[in-house]
Amino acid sequence: MRYAETGFQLEVDLSKGSIEKVETDPGDTALYIGGLGIGAKLLFDRVPPGTDPWSPDNLLIFGNGLLNGTCVPGANRLSVDTIAPVNGFLGHSLMGGFFGAEMKMAGYDRIVIRGEAPDLVYLAIHNDKVEIRDARHLRGRLMDETQTLIKEELNDRRAWVAAIGPAGENRVIMASIDCGNSSAARTVGPVMGAKKLKAIAIRGTKDVYVAHPAEAWEMCSRLRKELDANPNIGDWMATDEDDSFHHNNFAWGNARVRRKNFWSDELEERWRNLKYDHMSRWTGCWNCPKACHNLIQWPGRRRFSYKCYGKDTYHMAAFQELDFTYEILPIGMDLGLDSYSTPQVIAFALELLDAGILTGKDFPDMPSDIRQRFYYLLHKIAYRDGIGDILAHGVSGAAAIIGNGAEQFDHNTVKKFEQLPIKLGKLNPAYFLMIATGEEMAITQTEGSFPQDPIPDPELREEFIKNWIAVPDKKFEEWFRQWEKRDQLPDQAMVEISDWNECMHYLDDSMGLCGFVSSFRGQFGGTTGYHVWNMPDLITLVAGIEMDKDRLWECFQRIRNLARAINSRRGLRRHMERPPEDHWAVRDEEYEQQLLTKYYDFKGWTFDGIPTKETLEKLSLGYVAEDLIKNGVLTGNEVTALKDARAKKKKE
Amino acid sequence: MDNNGKRKKIVKEIKVDISKCVGCRACEIACSAFHAVPKYSSINAARSRIMVVMDEFRDIFVPIRAGEYTQAECNGRNRYVIDGKEYDACTFCPASCPSRDWFKEPDSGLPLKCDMCEDEPPLEEPMCVQACTFGALTYEEREEEVEEEEVKWDDIKIAFESLAKRHGVKKVMDTFTRLSKKG
Repeated sequence: MRYAETGFQLEVDLSKGSIEKVETDPGDTALYIGGLGIGAKLLFDRVPPGTDPWSPDNLLIFGNGLLNGTCVPGANRLSVDTIAPVNGFLGHSLMGGFFGAEMKMAGYDRIVIRGEAPDLVYLAIHNDKVEIRDARHLRGRLMDETQTLIKEELNDRRAWVAAIGPAGENRVIMASIDCGNSSAARTVGPVMGAKKLKAIAIRGTKDVYVAHPAEAWEMCSRLRKELDANPNIGDWMATDEDDSFHHNNFAWGNARVRRKNFWSDELEERWRNLKYDHMSRWTGCWNCPKACHNLIQWPGRRRFSYKCYGKDTYHMAAFQELDFTYEILPIGMDLGLDSYSTPQVIAFALELLDAGILTGKDFPDMPSDIRQRFYYLLHKIAYRDGIGDILAHGVSGAAAIIGNGAEQFDHNTVKKFEQLPIKLGKLNPAYFLMIATGEEMAITQTEGSFPQDPIPDPELREEFIKNWIAVPDKKFEEWFRQWEKRDQLPDQAMVEISDWNECMHYLDDSMGLCGFVSSFRGQFGGTTGYHVWNMPDLITLVAGIEMDKDRLWECFQRIRNLARAINSRRGLRRHMERPPEDHWAVRDEEYEQQLLTKYYDFKGWTFDGIPTKETLEKLSLGYVAEDLIKNGVLTGNEVTALKDARAKKKKE
Repeated sequence: MDNNGKRKKIVKEIKVDISKCVGCRACEIACSAFHAVPKYSSINAARSRIMVVMDEFRDIFVPIRAGEYTQAECNGRNRYVIDGKEYDACTFCPASCPSRDWFKEPDSGLPLKCDMCEDEPPLEEPMCVQACTFGALTYEEREEEVEEEEVKWDDIKIAFESLAKRHGVKKVMDTFTRLSKKG
């Protein structure tokens, strides 16, 4: 008997047309939990290092978090994992909503897609009945119509359909996979397109079992009330109309211009009306007492919802106002384009035009109005038409193809991946580490547990510490107590703060918890719904796996190192771990490199950022060490970063 | 019972405010957990006696509770337009019926019906209401005076005739006698 998980995964090879329901090893759950953890394990085991991300040999894994689909409130995350075409490293994106829970009830913890269909297909799953169906009639269909048509075809409006739009079919790097208004938007969509898989429709009517029913229900009911009552969690942007934070502090256009005094009371009032005049309701994800999405109906558009900074990306890239996002976002979503990276790609292209690196000839018949230009380029990209064929590679990829100085305009990517458009003054050491080294590629997937800013008033600071349940160790309290200036804490603190922040994300992404009730939300106010003290109980009570804080922390380390090993084996090295050069105006290369060395050392990694044999063996990852040695990534005799001669030389 | 042949009855109601539903399906989860055997031992939305009829693209979020089983499909489907949104009749229909797989035990296909979470000791509120933190579901009890039901002699006669036809008069008589003794 398996609890919380079904104990089965669906393995589909689209080249062969084979479908297998495979029983999984419960031992893997105890070691890697689920979601990202098991996704990483499968990618390491089954995708050899030389595999081209576009090739049929790449895997696309839709992996449920362990607790998704159970009674745990806020557990609704599906981890979509692959080798990302954008940079050849681990591609990881999370989808909320209902698709994962439905998959559990259909009897599967995950769906592993391999191969490439001869022509466009979709997968129809109803419990044990699984079919690969012809999807040629859906070619070019937009996101919403694809989902509606498939549900009609299956005569099942209770089915959930995760699909790609035209952008995904056309293997655009910024393509997303959407199910309703939920989205796995980052890096994974183009792989689904490469596999010629238009959609997966799923419906399930099976039980998901709970190991200790009464205690689990009691705990989850209590947590539901706590999450509901806790104002620090969920998405503030769904309800708080003061969005001066993003507009005054983030960079507009191609991550270029800060408008420090943009926000005003007049604007806030105007935008508030704009929003509520067009908003039908707040909506939420499976089993969560927070409703973080604003469901909007804009004239002439289909209803759509957004979350968090997705509310701002288009109009900030175009130097427009909220109404522009409301009119373009549903179009972008229907084309199947990620709303984080796509606006940056468009702004980048328009900057190249201004700079004369691209010319009018590259944009035939482009309107002069900025809004119309965005629509023009959105469609060019989704359909890979003309310049869109190049821009479909993302900012870094396009810059490399265009050349002629275009690379200088690719100033906001890390490992070729578009970052949040933030340009600040003074270096923030913990953020330097997280942006440089995050395997999940985006700072929002890395930051979140330790507060972003110190509390100046000592009394309030003590009060904060007193209520800081989530803190995993007293040392963080001490560091917080002595913290006066944002960038000033001992290096050791910066390293361990990054570590704790990462830990929470890796656990969420493997357990299926939403970051907005957990890993992302400790940084504002400290009181998250989930933390390393209550997570183990949930695993024990719901999944029946004996867990405590130390064991759970070790699971994080294991998954983190496995993710790193995938990337190390695919060529990730120290010199690539650099935040954008203009992320902070004031930089100190020597200090940053020392800090990076300390971080690597703390992680048990080599000077090059590769987990040592010893580190891997301690985490029951001996097979990973052996593989890295076999592939020449390690010799097996490496020492951790600080013991490396190169670190000593730098010090002198 | 009072002297006028009327008696007081507690009517239990779950009120639905569809404008407050966010579509989180916590009601389905709570219902299926409560009705699992043993209690809370599994989650399965298909076993829930409440479900949210949901279409994000059309702003349709309607929690409906399982009502009576019906043998026949509807002979025509009405469509309703409410606040500019079109709903089909299925959206509001609580029936377990042959035209759809809603409100049916997934293993047996037998119809499900909301029992207001009858329990010993009784719950303060049905589980779905407890789980709905958004106020889309609220519980109400009110007293109603109802006519004391008249005994329908004709119906009883028909029932006995049918039993007698199937099992023979003697068997029915014997059973009746046995039951009377027990009572």
